[in-house]
Order: sequence, then structure tokens, then C-alpha cells
Amino acid sequence: MTLLENVSFAVPEIFIAIATMGLLMFGVFTNGKYARELNWGAIAVLLLALYPLFFGTASQPASIFNNAFSTDGFAKFSKAVIYIGAIFSILLSGHFMEREKINRFEYPILILTSVLGMSLMVSSTDLISLYLGIELQSLSLYILASFNRDSRRSTEAGLKYFVLGALSSCLLLYGASLVYGFTGATTFPAIAEAGLTANTAGLILGLVFLISGLAFKVSAAPFHMWTPDVYEGSPTPVTAFFAAAPKFAGMALFARLMVEAFPGIIDQWQPVVIMISILSMAIGAFSAIAQTNIKRLMAYSSIGHMGYALMGVAAGTEQGISSVLIYMSIYMIMTLGTFGCILAMRRPEGMAENISDLAGLSRTQPGLAVMFTVFFFSLMGIPPLAGFFAKFYVFIAAIDAGLYPLAIAGALASAVAAYYYLSVIIKIWVSEPAPEFERQVGQSVKGIAVAASVLMVVGIFTIVPVLNTYASAAAETLFR
Amino acid sequence: MEIGLGNYLTVAAILFAIGACGIFINRKNIIIILMSIELMLLSVNINLVAFSQFLGDLVGQVFAFMVLTVAAAEAAIGLAILVSFFRTRGDIAVDDANLMKN
Repeated sequence: MTLLENVSFAVPEIFIAIATMGLLMFGVFTNGKYARELNWGAIAVLLLALYPLFFGTASQPASIFNNAFSTDGFAKFSKAVIYIGAIFSILLSGHFMEREKINRFEYPILILTSVLGMSLMVSSTDLISLYLGIELQSLSLYILASFNRDSRRSTEAGLKYFVLGALSSCLLLYGASLVYGFTGATTFPAIAEAGLTANTAGLILGLVFLISGLAFKVSAAPFHMWTPDVYEGSPTPVTAFFAAAPKFAGMALFARLMVEAFPGIIDQWQPVVIMISILSMAIGAFSAIAQTNIKRLMAYSSIGHMGYALMGVAAGTEQGISSVLIYMSIYMIMTLGTFGCILAMRRPEGMAENISDLAGLSRTQPGLAVMFTVFFFSLMGIPPLAGFFAKFYVFIAAIDAGLYPLAIAGALASAVAAYYYLSVIIKIWVSEPAPEFERQVGQSVKGIAVAASVLMVVGIFTIVPVLNTYASAAAETLFR
Repeated sequence: MEIGLGNYLTVAAILFAIGACGIFINRKNIIIILMSIELMLLSVNINLVAFSQFLGDLVGQVFAFMVLTVAAAEAAIGLAILVSFFRTRGDIAVDDANLMKN
């Protein structure tokens, strides 16, 4: 293929890249006077980028740039979810950023560059493009974490994220170099082919390093240490963004790498992924119990949820990958909605972040209390909320793949996790009321929280069947 | 003595281990952590170039150039975050980064 033909398949990415640079120039030359307008500009860019994803040349499956970049159904599904997640993250942030006086124009630009990185991640079928995608995403996220640069907590979060993120990139890269050395290839199909005959000890060592690096990125235990600190320290809308799109991209990349590059040695990596999955679920469930800060609680909750999603990856089957996509999509809606509610926890003196601030919310603000309850029940996995179906599909996939101990561990962990979600819900409905929150939280935040909670309730008729159809079609493309 | 692939891999592994220790054992200065990260990235480059030479395949050297470029960007962003960290508290000791638990 010629360069131009290659480029015509990567239209969404190239469009985002050029538009981001354009918006950056605009922001710089107008001295950042139009921060709010640039937020809308970024949303428009992401909406426009959805169009070539479904219509025209770029929507056709192809492997371009010397097999480094694939536009198959899996990539298409992931990109659509990531773009939509990023749009809602930007919508969540406007009001908060203005109140905290950090509504600088760089914010939507950084979101766009990280989305570009994620887009590259989910499309990459080569170790080099994988690494470049991850770095483009991570470097933007480091800056976003320390975005409130006058706050000690925010800069500390950015620094911790940077140091541990860079360490994880080094692990990933060391693994990539070993895999390259022992298979002689960097593209996934070539690695899969060479992996059947290669020197297994060296290849497995490289694989373990690769998995450790990726586990860092999706905050799976035992590489989760950065998550609570970064979640707590970052500005709340940034935390919402961290919990949504990057997690999806990381998990999609994880699934693609395992299934496309190492299908022949599934016996070697399956136990490692199972161990990571069980550890994440356990640490997510037990460590969350002692938390007093709601953002830290959400951090441990996300560690636990990554454990469940990894169950689907561990299965390594078409059904498993499809369940991962469903799980991460529903988790993204739940978590964005929950953070919408957390953003509503504001008192005149500043943001309230303690769980005790939620006490008696049912009497002061019943609407918010109901939404919190819906989200927490959904995160817990109580039927008929959408969160239940997310868990249902990964459990079915694990059981069909014969991973009974993993499924049992998952069920036990969700029982423990139910305890801390329930204790928050009890606090909301039973305890004596804490001082009221402000009513002004911004229209888009309210809208997103309400819409997400409604989706959780009616999910069985709406998003679950739709996601199921598209996710199975997307997962199928990985196994052809 | 013939210097083969194994020797290069050993050197790279030792450098990588030194870098990792530098991050975990170091209790003094965050600049040292940045240096350790750089050391780890460069040890990966030794790996890549050695493999590339050994396999007679240029892709490894292309990869090494990509790593070099990204390492430069990473150092720039790390130092920028470090500067804003310093401005909020006037010190860059590792033990200072303890506002949040853990």
C-alpha cells in the first residue's frame, strides 16, 4: 500500500491530531481567553472523529503501516467507546474547573492528546506502535493529574503517577525487547507464529514483564499502589476521566496483546492473568473497607473491577474478550455517573470528599441519594441493574473456559465488596444528616448523573443487549 | 574472549536492576529517581540494539530510536511536574511526597 492509502485508513487519528494542534494554536494565540469555547471545540472534534469510524474508507478492516496498525471491528468498537467516554469526561469538568479557577485551555487539549494515544493503543498490532500509543496517553495523563498546579495534593499525585508510570513503561519496554529478541519480530501475528517454536524461557520472561507493565497501566494488583493516591490527589473531573477511558483502552490493549500475540502459549500466561485477577479482586474488596475518602474508595473499587474484567481476559476465548468489552463499557458508564454525583458534593468552603459527608443525604437531597444508591448497587452487581450483567458475562466466560477457582474467588470477592458499598448506602439512608451540599453543580454534571443512573436501571432493555451484539461482533474479529 | 549476545544482555539486565533499585531504595532526592528511569530506558536500548545486531534485523534499532525520542519527552514532562511540585512546597525530598497515605 502507498502512504496515501495507509493514511486513508487512519483518518480518525490523523483528524484528531491535526485538530488538536489547531486548537492548541488557537488557545495560545488568544492567550487562553476562550477556555470554555475550547472545551466545546474538543467535544466537536471527538464527535466529528466518530464519523469516519463508521463511514468511508477508515471504517473498513485493514492492516496498515506494515502491520503496525489495524482497523478491525475490535479497534472500531473500542475507539467509539473511548471517544464517547472522553466527551462525557469533558462535559463533567467544565463547572468544576471554573469554580476551582483552573479552567485553563490546555485541559481539553491534553484530553485530546491522551485520546489520540488511546486510539493508537487499541489499534496497535505491533510492539512499537503499542509502546508509542501507551506513552502518548500516559504523558498526557501525568500532566492532567498535576493540572491544579498550585495544589500540593495535585502536584504530588502527578509526581507519583509519573514516577510509577515511567517505571511501568520501563518494565513493559524491557519485556517488549525480550519478546523481540526471542521471536525476531515485533508485529503480533509474527510473534504468535514465532512463539510456537521460540526459546520459551526467554519469551516467557519477556511476557511476564509485558504483563506487569500492562497491569500497572490498568491498575491491577499487585501493581496498583499508585491508584489511590492519584485518584485522591487529582482534580475530581480528571479522576473521573482516569477511571473511564484510559482503563478501557488499557484493558482492550491487554486483551488484544494476549489473544493476538500469544495465543499459542496460553498455558503460560493464563495462570499469571488469573493470579493478577484474583489479587486485584481481593485487594479491591478488602482495602476499600477502611477508606474514609470517597475518591480513595472509588480507586479501590476500580482495582476490584479491573480484577473482574481480567477474568474475561484470562478465559482467552472469543466469549471472554466480548465480556471484557461489555464489562468495561458498563463500568465506564457507572463510574462516570458516580463521579458526576461526587462532583455534586460541594459545600461553600470547598469540595467535600469524605464518606461521612454523605451521612443522611436521603433527607437533605433525596434525588442525589437515590442516584448514589443506584450506582453503588450497580457497582456491587445487584440484578437487575446493568452492573449485574457486566459481571454475569465475565463469570459465564470464565466458567465456560473451565476456570472454576477464578469464578469462585470472584463471587467471594463481590460478597466482601458488597459490604463497603452497603455501608456507604446505609450511611446515606440511616445516619443523622450532615450539612447540606450546594445545589449549583452545573447542568451537564446533573444531566450525566441522571442519564447514567437511568441507564443503569433500564440497562437490561437498552445498553446490555446493544453492547452484547456489538461486543461479540468486535471480539469475533480478533479470532479470524 | 569473544563478546556475545549473552554479555550484552547481562550488562543490560544489571543496568536495569540498578535503575529499579534506584527507584525503590532511594530515599533522598527525586532527581535521582528521574536518573534511574533514564538508566532503565537506556538498558532496554542496549537490549534492543544487541538483539537487532544478533538477529540481523533492523527493526530493533528503529525501536531503539523511538525509545530515545520518548525518553526525551518523558524527561521533559517529569522535570516540569517536578518544578511545579517544588514550587508548592519548596523541597524535593522523596519523604516529602507523603501528603496522602501510603
